Amino acid sequence: MKKVVRVAAGQGFWGDDLDAPRRQVEGGPIDYLMLDYLAEVTMSILQKQKERDPAMGYARDFVGAMESVLPAVTTRGVKVIANAGGVNPPACAAAVKAVAEKSGAAGKLIIGVVTGDDLLGRLDDLIAAGHPLSNMDTGEPLSTVRDRVLSANAYIGSVPIVEALAKGANVVITGRSTDTALTMAPLRHEFGWGASSWDQLAAGIVAGHIIECGAQCSGGNCLYDWRSIPDLANVGYPLVEAKADGSFVVTKHPHTGGRVSVPTVTEQLVYEMGDPHAYITPDVIADFTSIRLAQDGENRVLVSGIKGKPPTDKLKVSIAYRSGFKAVGTLVYAWPDALEKAELADRVLRERLDRLGLRFDHILTEYVGANATHGRLAGDQRDAPEVQLRFGVRGSDKAAVERFTREIAPLVLNGPPSVTGFAGGRPKVEEIVAYWPALIDKSVVQTRVELVQ
Amino acid sequence: MKVRLVDIAHARSGDKGDTANVGVIAYKPEWYEVLRDALTKQRVADHFRGMIAGAVERFELPNLNALNFLLHGALDGGGTLSLKTDAQGKVYSTALLRMVIDVPDTEAKRLQLPAAP
Repeated sequence: MKKVVRVAAGQGFWGDDLDAPRRQVEGGPIDYLMLDYLAEVTMSILQKQKERDPAMGYARDFVGAMESVLPAVTTRGVKVIANAGGVNPPACAAAVKAVAEKSGAAGKLIIGVVTGDDLLGRLDDLIAAGHPLSNMDTGEPLSTVRDRVLSANAYIGSVPIVEALAKGANVVITGRSTDTALTMAPLRHEFGWGASSWDQLAAGIVAGHIIECGAQCSGGNCLYDWRSIPDLANVGYPLVEAKADGSFVVTKHPHTGGRVSVPTVTEQLVYEMGDPHAYITPDVIADFTSIRLAQDGENRVLVSGIKGKPPTDKLKVSIAYRSGFKAVGTLVYAWPDALEKAELADRVLRERLDRLGLRFDHILTEYVGANATHGRLAGDQRDAPEVQLRFGVRGSDKAAVERFTREIAPLVLNGPPSVTGFAGGRPKVEEIVAYWPALIDKSVVQTRVELVQ
Repeated sequence: MKVRLVDIAHARSGDKGDTANVGVIAYKPEWYEVLRDALTKQRVADHFRGMIAGAVERFELPNLNALNFLLHGALDGGGTLSLKTDAQGKVYSTALLRMVIDVPDTEAKRLQLPAAP
């Protein structure tokens, strides 16, 4: 057994720095590269792509990332774990295989493909069998939006990834794995942690939570002493050096920018946190109030003491459904009385929409520069040098939203004065794909692992 | 003595659906008790009154010198439904740090808290 296993994060979301995976395998020794591509609504975007082309439906960035790290995988034994498979892990594996063959690395990749999380084709059967898939926030049964559902995926844990690694995979591609399982699974595999090694499994989850957002734990988006954080242009993405007992060090490669310190790691620990006593995952419930942090040299934070307990018998399901249309238009008003002018424009616009007979489920006006982010807490901004009127509408009637987008530009000539900033043109109408979180019995979700050589 | 939260704590926030979370972290371990005592659920709910539609939940993390708040109904529906600039609640963190708290003079002196300007 290795004494220390290094897992590096190379991607915090789909759209993250394209060069980070390569920098992670070239910047220093690592055993695993972990790439997280999936946010709450990503699956629905991928599902739409798959509907247009059955060979799509995965995070295409991953194919480029694999190309850039292939030498490290084939010659140095670095293994890659990614939830890039989206709603089509087999197609993702085929694309990676094609790239490997083109690069002369054919036969050197063993790709483990994890499926079974996709419940879209089973929804009617599941509902009929007594699984209401009720919305965790509102309690409504899924049947109320069933005909508008675009994608439905269970969040799956570490077990199938561990299985793929045990079968010899050096690249593991999953669909809707939890972000944290991508980090915990290789540690569980290497250290042989059992299904009830609660504290170790929880430690792996905490390690995953710390690095799953990429550089957000190593100096990115860090408020603490932000001016002094060095060389963000060359920010080092994080990695963990883990031991069998579950303790680990968060660090980054030498000669990179950013910072790994107790404050940078603490900020990431509280990010998107719910009840800290119960961070629920398919494998284990981690207790964030048990985490101990200590600076362990420059850009090194030791994490230890983590406690875990058995998980529930449910899996969370991420469901996406069509939920109407929206558009947001903006105009900029300049001093003097910038805010007052923007407020008048808002009233004029609302009256015009009303006269046109346009009805929306929701209209939201914000004054960027005055109250958009901090509301009334920002205080009096009557003397602001400029204010952006940001006017958004949402509704089920696409034509009404479309019509609204034509009402912004006229305000430049027929509304309040000192207005500019319409160079971007008419606002775009977007279809809203909303998120429906639900729970389902673990027993109905069976994952499968296939190897592609 | 009046103390600005922004002078004694840092924070990060994120989202889960229509709920924003704000984790607020004391700059010094000995200042955690100041946060713990001043930032009651009620105080935070009052701070955000009119800005959030739902209730506030509060959790203590003494191990991290931090508190975590869940602000329900803070994101205009959240995710893709939201029309807000801050649809993902990324800057509720600094909105919380605008709070000014009252600390007894002796306590403020003992803990060497910076006074609000």
